[in-house]
Amino acid sequence: MSSSVLDRAGIAAGPVHTDPPDDVPAAPARWRRVARRLTPARKATGLLTVLVLWQVGAGAGWLGTTTPAPTDVLSAARELIASGELAHHLGVSLTRVAKGLAIGLSVGLLLGLAAGLLRLAEDLVDGPLQSLRMLPHLALVPIFIIWFGIGETSKIALIAIGPIFPLYLNVLHGIRGVDERLVESARSCGVGRLGLILRVILPGALPQILVGLRQALGLGWLSLVVAEQTATTAGVGFLMNDAREFLRTDVIFVVLVIYALLGLATDLFVRLIERRALAWRRGFAGE
Amino acid sequence: MTATTTAVPGTGTAAVRVRGARRAFDGRVVLAGADLDIAPGEFVALLGASGSGKSTLLRAVAGLDRGATGRFRVPDRRAIVFQEHRLMPWSRVWRNVTLGVRGPDLRGRALHALTEVGLAARADAWPRTLSGGESQRVALARALVRTPDLLLLDEPFGALDALTRIKAQALVAQLWTEHRPAVLLVTHDVEEALLLADRALVLRDGRIAEEFVVDVPRPRALDNPRLLALRRALLRALGVNADLPTDKSVPEEKP
Repeated sequence: MSSSVLDRAGIAAGPVHTDPPDDVPAAPARWRRVARRLTPARKATGLLTVLVLWQVGAGAGWLGTTTPAPTDVLSAARELIASGELAHHLGVSLTRVAKGLAIGLSVGLLLGLAAGLLRLAEDLVDGPLQSLRMLPHLALVPIFIIWFGIGETSKIALIAIGPIFPLYLNVLHGIRGVDERLVESARSCGVGRLGLILRVILPGALPQILVGLRQALGLGWLSLVVAEQTATTAGVGFLMNDAREFLRTDVIFVVLVIYALLGLATDLFVRLIERRALAWRRGFAGE
Repeated sequence: MTATTTAVPGTGTAAVRVRGARRAFDGRVVLAGADLDIAPGEFVALLGASGSGKSTLLRAVAGLDRGATGRFRVPDRRAIVFQEHRLMPWSRVWRNVTLGVRGPDLRGRALHALTEVGLAARADAWPRTLSGGESQRVALARALVRTPDLLLLDEPFGALDALTRIKAQALVAQLWTEHRPAVLLVTHDVEEALLLADRALVLRDGRIAEEFVVDVPRPRALDNPRLLALRRALLRALGVNADLPTDKSVPEEKP
C-alpha cells in the first residue's frame, strides 16, 4: 500500500522533476524577451541624446546665435502647419517627386528588364546608360532649364533622370545573378518563357531590385532639393530659400527635418515591401 | 541542334532509344557515339568513373544539352531530380512541387505527391527550412506530380549523409514499384545501382562499355551472394579491384 502511495507521489512528482531542466534554458529566453522589448528604447536612445545635446547647446549659446533650439524649430513648424503654408508647399513638392519618380522608375525598370532578359537590348542599352551614369545628373540643371524652361517640366525631368541609373543597374545585375541551375531546373519542369520570368527570374532578382529601388528613391529626394533651389515659387525648397532671405533659420531647420522625414518614410516603405516580399530569405541580422 | 527528340507513346517498345550520342567540350570528346535503350518501366543505372560523361548523357537525354548530337527518342513526360534539390527558395514547398504544372487543384495534387514522400506536413514551409534529405524528397515529389514516363535521376543522393541516403534509396525503390516509370539513374555508388536497378551500365571512353543485368529479386539485401559477385564484376569494370580490401569498406577509393 505504502509503495503505491510512493509510486503515485513519484508520478505526481514526474512533471515537477522535468521542470527544472526546462527552466534553465527558460531563464535566458525570458531575458531575451525583455531585451527584445527594450530594442525600440535602445534604438531611440541615440536620437534622444542628440536632441538633448542640441537643446542644451542652443540654450547655452555653444552653437552660435544662428542655430535655433529644437523647441524653436518645433514652434516654427507649428506656425507653418497652422497657416496652411506647409501643406501647400509639401503638396507641390510631393507632386513633383511623384511625377518624376513615376517616369524615372518606370524607365529604369523597363530598361533593366529589357537588358536583363534580352541580350540584344543589353548590347543596345548598356553602353549609352553606362556612359551617362558617369555624369552627375544634377549637372544637367542648366541645360534642362534651357531645354524645358523654368517651369515644372525641367524640375520633373531632373527628378526623373536620376533614379533611372541605380534601378537599371540593379535590375540588370539582379537578373544576371539568378542561379542558372534554378532556371534550368524550372525549364526541365516545363515552365514556359513567361512563367520563367514571373516565377524564377523576377523573384530571384527581387532582392537586388529592391536595393535599386531604395537608391533610386533616395536620388529622387536629392533631385527635388536641387530642382527647388532655383526659379520656383512653391515647394518646400522654395520655403527654405524664402526663409534664408529673412534669416529664419528655424524655418530652414523645419524644412531640413521634413527632408529627413521624407527620406525615412520612403526607406520604411521599401523595408515594408522587403519584409513582405522577401519573407523566404534569412540574412545575417547582426549579433 | 541536330538532335531529334520525338515522343514515344506509352505502349511503345522502348521508352528511351538513343543512337550515336556525341558531345565534346572545347574539343575534349566526352560522348563518342553512345547508344542507350531503356524499356518502359525499366530501372537502369548508369555508372562510370568521374568525368566519364554519365551526367552529360543524362542531360542529353533530358534535352537540357543543346550541344549534344545524335538521335534521341525520349518520352515527353519526363522529370529530373538533380544532385542539388534546385527548389525555388522564394516559393513555398507545394508551389515548388507544382512548378510548371497546369490544371485544376494544383495544391491537392502537390499534397498528394508530398504525402507519397512523407512531407505533406511541410507543404507550406519555405525550402530553406528543410533538411538536405527533406529537400531531396520534395524534389522527388516535384518529379512524381508530373506522372513521368521517364524519371531521370542525376546522382540524387550524392549530397546526402549515409543514413539519409539509405532511406532515400528505399523511398525511390518504393515509388518506382508503385508508379513504374522508366528510370535512368546516374550514380557513382555501385551498391546503390545494384540495390535499385534492373540493369547497370558502365560508361567508358564515351560509350556504354559494359552491361550487367541485375537478376536478383526485390527486395534486395546487399549480402546476397549474387549481388556480391555482381558488385565485384561491376567494380572491376570501373577499374577497381574489389578483391584487395577485405570487406565492403569503400573499395572504390583503392587505386
